[in-house]
Amino acid sequence: MTPFDYARAGDTAAAVRMGSVAGARYLGGGTNLVDLMRENIEQPASLVDVTGLGSAIEERADGTVWIGAAARNTAIAGHAAIRRRYPALSRAILAGASGQIRNMATLGGNLLQRTRCTYFYDDAARCNKREPGSGCDAIDGFNRIHAILGASVACVATHPSDMCVALAALDAVVHLEGSAGARTLPFDALHRLPGGRPDRDTELQPGELVTGIELPSLAFAARSTYRKVRDRSSYAFALVSVAAALDVGGDGTVRDVRIALGGVAHKPWRAHIAEQSLRGQPATEASFRAAAAAELADAAPLTHNAFKPELARRTIVAVLSGLTETPMKEMAP
Amino acid sequence: MPITINGQSVAVPTDPRVSLLDLLREHLHLSGTKKGCNQGACGACTVLADGERILSCLALAVQFEGRSVLSIEGITDDGALHPLQQAFIEHDGYQCGYCTPGQICSAIGMASEIERGVPSAVTADLASDSIDLTHEELRERMSGNLCRCGAHNGIVDAISETYASRTGASRPAVAEIAE
Repeated sequence: MTPFDYARAGDTAAAVRMGSVAGARYLGGGTNLVDLMRENIEQPASLVDVTGLGSAIEERADGTVWIGAAARNTAIAGHAAIRRRYPALSRAILAGASGQIRNMATLGGNLLQRTRCTYFYDDAARCNKREPGSGCDAIDGFNRIHAILGASVACVATHPSDMCVALAALDAVVHLEGSAGARTLPFDALHRLPGGRPDRDTELQPGELVTGIELPSLAFAARSTYRKVRDRSSYAFALVSVAAALDVGGDGTVRDVRIALGGVAHKPWRAHIAEQSLRGQPATEASFRAAAAAELADAAPLTHNAFKPELARRTIVAVLSGLTETPMKEMAP
Repeated sequence: MPITINGQSVAVPTDPRVSLLDLLREHLHLSGTKKGCNQGACGACTVLADGERILSCLALAVQFEGRSVLSIEGITDDGALHPLQQAFIEHDGYQCGYCTPGQICSAIGMASEIERGVPSAVTADLASDSIDLTHEELRERMSGNLCRCGAHNGIVDAISETYASRTGASRPAVAEIAE
C-alpha cells in the first residue's frame, strides 16, 4: 500500500472541500477500497473518512424514505420500514457479502464499489478499466462471470452490487454534493455502460460525494423481492440476480412492474423492455416468459457465459411468478 | 482519542496504512486474531467492534479511534473459557484451529444480531422481529467464516448448543459479553 493522508470529515462541506483535492478518495467502511489499495490498484493520495456523516434512515411525511450515505448495510436491511415497504432492498443487501462485511459496508461505498472482474484485480493482465488503453484480457479470457448486455469492445466487466440492483428497480434517487453544489440523479443514471471509457464507473464529477438516497413512495414495492443465483449458496457474487416489484390488478392484469438485473452488465440493468411489455398483460407465466425473452433479445454472451441469457430469463420468470403468488396478507403494512 | 482494545487504551497508529489486524498482531502482539486471506474472504480476522463483528483485515485502525474492540483474548475478562470456547472443545469444532478465533468472535456477534432481530438471507418472514437460530439460519449467518479443514459440522454443533436454546424470550449473557 502506498502512503496516503487520512482525515475524518466533520460535515459534508468539509468532506467536499477535502475530497475535491486531486488524488483524494472518500472512505466508507473500506471493505472494497482498502483491499484495492493493498493491491495497489487504487493509490489515493488522501482518504477522506465520511463514515461520521449522515447515516439516518427516515420515513418522511410525503411517503418517501431517506437513507444517509453512511448507513451500514446491516442497519438498512434490518430497518423496519425497509423490511415492510421495500423487501427487495432488504433481501438484496442480505444476499450480499457476509455478516461481518455488512456491518462495515456503507450505502455510499456500495454504490461506488468497483467491479470484481478478476482481470481488473490482476495487475499482470491488461485492463482498460484499471489502465485505459491497455486492452482487455477478459474478452478472450476466462469470462464466465462477465457481461452479456451493454458491454463494449473495451470492457465486459459487471457491476458487483446486489443492493444497487434493488435500488435500480425501486427508482431510488441519488443525492450528491460537490464543489458546484447539490444535485440529484435518478438511480438508473448513476452508473455507466463502459463504451470507450470503462475507467469511469459512474456519472459523478470529480470530488462529488454521495450524501444519501431517497426511496420513492411506491406502495406496490411491498410486493417485491430479490433472487440471486450464484455458484455457492452464500457469500458469493451473483452470476445473475433479479430484483422485481409487481402490482397486479383485481382482473389479473399487470398494473405496474419494476425489474432490474444484476450480474449481466457494467451497471445494474433496469429491464425497461420487459416492464413495457408486461404492463396491461395478464400476470401469467406466458407473459413473464415473453417479457424476459424480449429483455434478453440483444444479449451477447462471451465464450464462457453462454448460460447467462437463459439463466436470466428463467430467474425473471421465477421471481415474477413467485410475486404473483405472494399472499396479500404478507403485504399488509 | 485512543482505541480501547480488550479494555486497554491503545494509541492510534501514526501511519494510517496500519490495519486493525496488524495493530492487534504486530503492534500489540495479540496473536489470537489470525491473518488468513488478508482480503476479506475468509473471516479468520473477525473481531468485535462495539459488539459488532467486523473483519479487522479490511479495517484501517485509524478509523476505530474512540471505539471499543474485543479480540479473542478479550471475550472473557477473568481468563476463564467463554461458553462457546468450551462448546468448541466438546464438539471438536476445529482441526488445525486457525479459523477458530474468528469463528468464535463471529458467532458472538451473530448471536447479538439474532437478539436484535437482524434478518438474514434465509429469514422467511422479513416482517417478524423474532428470529429462531435454526440450523439453516446458523449456516447462512456464519458463511463469512471459512474452515479449510472442513470442521463446519462441529462448529455448527458448538454454536448451536451455545445459542440455539437462547432464542425467544430469554437469551442471557450474549449482550454483556459483547460489550
